[in-house]
Amino acid sequence: MRFEYATAPEPRSLVALRDSYGLFIGGSFAGGASVFKTISPATEEVLAEVTHGATEDVDRAVLAARQGYERIWSAMPGRVRARYLFAIARLIQERAGELAVLDTLDGGRPIRRTRDVDVPLAAAHFFYHAGWADKLGYAGFGPTPRPLGVVGQVTSWSSPLLMLAWQIAPALACGNTVILKPSEATPLTALAFAEICRQVDLPPGVVNVVTGDGVTGQLVAGHPGLDKVAFTGSAEVGKEIARACALSGKPLTLKLGGTAVNIVCADADIEAAAGAIVAGVFVDQGHVGCAGSRVLVEAPARDALVAAIRRRMGGLRMGDPLDLNTDVGAVVSRAQLDKISELAASGEAAGARRWSTPCTLPDQGFWFPPTMFTNVSDSDGIGSAELAGPVLTVSAFGTPDEAVERAGGTRYGLAAGIWTERGSLAGWLASRLRAGVIWTNAFNRFDPTAPFGGYREAGFGREGGRHGLEAYLDIAGGIDV
Amino acid sequence: MSDGAGGTASSPTARTTYRLRIGDAFRRSESGRTFEVRGADGGFLARAALANGRDARDAVAAARTAFPAWSGSSAYDRGKLLYQVATVLADHRARMADQVRRAVGFDAAAAYAEVDAAVDRWLWYTGWTDKIAQVRGGANPVAGPYVSLSVPEPAGVVAVLAPQDGALLGMVSVLAPAIAGGNTAVLVASERYPLPALGLAEVCAAAELPAGVVNVLTGEVAEVAPWLAAHQDVNAIDLAGAPGALADDLAVAAAGTLKRVIRLADTDWTAEPGLERMFATLETKTIWHPLAL
Repeated sequence: MRFEYATAPEPRSLVALRDSYGLFIGGSFAGGASVFKTISPATEEVLAEVTHGATEDVDRAVLAARQGYERIWSAMPGRVRARYLFAIARLIQERAGELAVLDTLDGGRPIRRTRDVDVPLAAAHFFYHAGWADKLGYAGFGPTPRPLGVVGQVTSWSSPLLMLAWQIAPALACGNTVILKPSEATPLTALAFAEICRQVDLPPGVVNVVTGDGVTGQLVAGHPGLDKVAFTGSAEVGKEIARACALSGKPLTLKLGGTAVNIVCADADIEAAAGAIVAGVFVDQGHVGCAGSRVLVEAPARDALVAAIRRRMGGLRMGDPLDLNTDVGAVVSRAQLDKISELAASGEAAGARRWSTPCTLPDQGFWFPPTMFTNVSDSDGIGSAELAGPVLTVSAFGTPDEAVERAGGTRYGLAAGIWTERGSLAGWLASRLRAGVIWTNAFNRFDPTAPFGGYREAGFGREGGRHGLEAYLDIAGGIDV
Repeated sequence: MSDGAGGTASSPTARTTYRLRIGDAFRRSESGRTFEVRGADGGFLARAALANGRDARDAVAAARTAFPAWSGSSAYDRGKLLYQVATVLADHRARMADQVRRAVGFDAAAAYAEVDAAVDRWLWYTGWTDKIAQVRGGANPVAGPYVSLSVPEPAGVVAVLAPQDGALLGMVSVLAPAIAGGNTAVLVASERYPLPALGLAEVCAAAELPAGVVNVLTGEVAEVAPWLAAHQDVNAIDLAGAPGALADDLAVAAAGTLKRVIRLADTDWTAEPGLERMFATLETKTIWHPLAL
């Protein structure tokens, strides 16, 4: 039976978009030499013009951040920094509806996700880190840990506001100042955040937002005036930045490998696993910090799991991301859509069996139907690639040892889900898997208190918790315990 | 030690060629090459194997093979085995001091002091095996019905370039933190002082430290280290023994596979080390488990 839904769109009037946005440098907005358009990936409608940060703009932002650091922020008592961070958390909560709509408009992710998960978590990250600002001496990095200085942060289009919070909150709590370069696909929430910084009277230069494309990103990440670089994005660019930082000796946080594996054992609660798997890769069209794009299922449970996933996929609603009924939104950009389509085609060519939900795609915008590949071999591109899209691959394993080995077969080691009712097996798998985050009988849970980050080529460093502070403190003076 | 790396440098009758320690074997370089090791006074001490890239790859493979068992053993068991190494090192105090004395030119008292300090350093890290998890990890008070724990785990295979100026204490100070944390190591000995490194390899073997946990290469750092820095299966590299320009090259090569790179300013090896080196070769794993009826 199929139910018809009445549309329930979140009112777009919650946001007052401006025609054009400048760069936020030294506490005020100013235009630049050239602009680019940011569009809604669901409709290809132009949302606003955004300034393209050029060399001189980045120079200006670094100078403003340096002055903000030296004159104000590094010398300010931690309890005062804490007040600012608490105030930012409060304002994010107050403007939650607006931020959620903005994130959804600009990035195509369903409003249920941005409204109920991303924005509340972003506020929670500022709230959590506010409390650290005057307690850093208790964090285990020596009695008086020092900030690093001026930090350049380049973020990607997956969960843009949340990722901004993950990076800016600890940086500010530790006493650093920031130049943020958001993805050109999703710059609007970062600009709204800049307004929030102004609203709480954050001292000028403490947070600077320079919009632009990958060229601007390289200008920020490679600027000689920085003391620290944080980058989220592709492995190729990440490694370039890692090489540059290796030469300059700059501390670096990298977040590159963004997919995860779910291991489903024969005795698992198959319905619960299928529900979490579908939520973990399709509900965000794979655009999250760690999409669960690979499933390894113990052979006897394979058919039941695939059937349960298919049934749930069939019920997914794709469409207007602002509609509260929507499960699957738009792919963030045409470039990303092309990448997903290409990889899916290569999977088919390699002999993997493809099944996509039978839904009609809107004429406008960038859409990819929820798609499952079965009969996948690990050596196929699709079985091991970083698939940031609504695409799932399922393959069967024989023994837990084999599952561990195949889960570790990629060069990344970000996250994994484990599904079994046997506590001892769950513990064994959790201890054996080489991944930075493990969920047992759960998937994609995030919290500001819980360190997040991967092993191996998934990146460097942790975000969140006491561990996350290390990335923004100068601990060369020694670690006291 | 007679069946070990090749004989005792102190004995004029036993000047055989020192071999590499790879896995459970003391063996020649695959290249067949050797080099002359001379003491502080310029006198001939012994010949040692001149390792090449192939040897480096074999050493990495041996370290990888040893990793699951070593990292999977209990912290208590690792501690016991490392304690055993310290005991054997102390038992061989006179022989090790003699090696240090000849290599560095110390007087006997200074050489003994170096060995004693190395034993103390090894014991210091031995004690950390079953304590680091509580210092580095913890419970995360997440806002939901979950138990969330963060625990440190070893990064994997660590390439350790022993400091060039340290005969024994400096080498122990960079090797011990890696293996105490559960990593396995490929140690590239100091070019000037290769014999104490091989002496330590003999000690590890005599103490029955599992094969492959500590592998030792001797030769030229500039020849061997680039293989390790670029190797896909090496997870971290400690550049203590690489001179500035080479360290830059190695750090850039290591970035290609996002290795954890340890590059600390000149260290006073006699001071208590702190935990930076241990932290640098540990990953943090966060585990969530739901709470429900």
